[in-house]
Amino acid sequence: MLKDITLGQYYPADSILHKLDPRVKLFGTMIYIISLFSFRGIPAFVLATIFLISIIRISKVPFSYMVKGLKSIVVLMIITGIFNLFLTQGEVLVQIWVFKITYEGIKNAVLMVVRLIYLIIGTSLMTLTTTPNQLTDGLEKALMPLEKIKLPVHEIAMMMSIALRFIPILVEETDKIMKAQMARGADFESGNIIKKAKAMIPLLVPLFVSAFRRANDLAMAMEARCYHGGHGRTKMKPLAYGVADRKAYVVLVVYFVLMLVLRFVWVRFVG
Amino acid sequence: MSIILDKVNYTYSAGTAYEIQALKNINLKMEDGQFIGIIGHTGSGKSTLIQHLNGLMKATSGTIYYNGEDIYAEDYDLRQLRSKVGLVFQYPEHQLFETTIFDDVCYGPKNQGLTKEEAGLRAFEALKSVGLKEELYYQSPFDLSGGQKRRVAIAGVLAMRPEVLILDEPTAGLDPKGRDEILNLVSAMHKERKITIVLVSHSMEDVAQYVERIIVMNHGEMIFDDAPHEVFKHYKELEKIGLAAPQVTYLMHELSENGLPVDVNATTVSEAKDEILKALGRKVC
Repeated sequence: MLKDITLGQYYPADSILHKLDPRVKLFGTMIYIISLFSFRGIPAFVLATIFLISIIRISKVPFSYMVKGLKSIVVLMIITGIFNLFLTQGEVLVQIWVFKITYEGIKNAVLMVVRLIYLIIGTSLMTLTTTPNQLTDGLEKALMPLEKIKLPVHEIAMMMSIALRFIPILVEETDKIMKAQMARGADFESGNIIKKAKAMIPLLVPLFVSAFRRANDLAMAMEARCYHGGHGRTKMKPLAYGVADRKAYVVLVVYFVLMLVLRFVWVRFVG
Repeated sequence: MSIILDKVNYTYSAGTAYEIQALKNINLKMEDGQFIGIIGHTGSGKSTLIQHLNGLMKATSGTIYYNGEDIYAEDYDLRQLRSKVGLVFQYPEHQLFETTIFDDVCYGPKNQGLTKEEAGLRAFEALKSVGLKEELYYQSPFDLSGGQKRRVAIAGVLAMRPEVLILDEPTAGLDPKGRDEILNLVSAMHKERKITIVLVSHSMEDVAQYVERIIVMNHGEMIFDDAPHEVFKHYKELEKIGLAAPQVTYLMHELSENGLPVDVNATTVSEAKDEILKALGRKVC
């Protein structure tokens, strides 16, 4: 039942992308998103496509997994497409009553939808190749300089990793509680909204009780092991850049510079 | 009246990197009124198996018949099935939610569509049969001890008057006294009500002296399905899969190897005592 939901959606595989330092991947995703929303013209678009395809190939994650992420934003894509199609001013191609389809509208609609697709595939590539723990580790290390302005970086990262860790546990727990109540004849599907909301009580009460109990136990276990925040705390596997990470940074910078140059050239000479 | 499983297979997360086949070609017939023990260590598929029996999980392939009807048929009422095949899960914390114990036990019967009075009567009867003190009926279920919570959970299912009662590790996490109490309670229910009982456990010791039939699961496969003393004859194979026969079995085997003429099929302490006394030529007392 609920087990089929992929949360955090890490896909284990043995690829260079999986082994990269999470900071590289975070930085790379950022660069990629900026490049997506700033590029102009066909050559830049082709370059972004080549970049995306080669990363997909390197990651060794089945393409169907990335498509799964797209399903959730189909509605958003359709709305974006329609708005861009009808609300862009320009050279009118077809006019039905007050609705106009312009040449620029078609162009914008296609562009926006493609950008959204690339965005989702690109970011899901990061979450597919990085475990949530690596991600928070990377984030903690990358944000460390902010500690100087009294931002509790370690605490934020710890809270994030605990929250992420608890998601699958609570999903599993929900599944078990649902089954236990269904065995007693509970019906979560039929009836109107009020009836459905009422049917949730036997599910939510045990879930909350269990969440509080787990939180209490975890706090106790952390206390027992003398946890006192990030000050002076060392890591078992400290993050360190390797050769592959440096190469990846170079690739990313080259890609970004190329994208900027292409944008500049396109704006200057094509319009 | 029986449950028949025909070539049941179940695969978790089919088609992904996390694919696990939890049940492999299970063929099984559970007769009415039997007291059955399902044994296997963690991850052997025993919990998956019992969740198929009341339709909470749907087999990837294969069919299950309850009283001759295919439970996967389109017009089959699964909720009806669940009130006939009662399943008590391992952790009572997963089902207790009401403000009082009494109301909590009423939840099942109310879902069956009974009136408040009828549900109350059923709850009263169920709580009485699990031996919970009456002064506790209107207290919060969250204040109870582990053993008492388990009794309330069993009562919660019993109040639906199931024809088959399945208990998933009812003794896990209980002290020896609580364990004996729960098992004696279940055994007494089997004798009085003549309902089919399926007891899931990873401990042979628990199950041996109560059940009449043992099903041993390993890696999703059913490897033994026989009377307890027949299953315990394979105690060497059981050890290989991380289970063990009751200590009595080992004792009897060693005694007979060392020349004392005892019946190695004795499975409980009292049977063993009788056997040893008989072998020593003393009067059975």
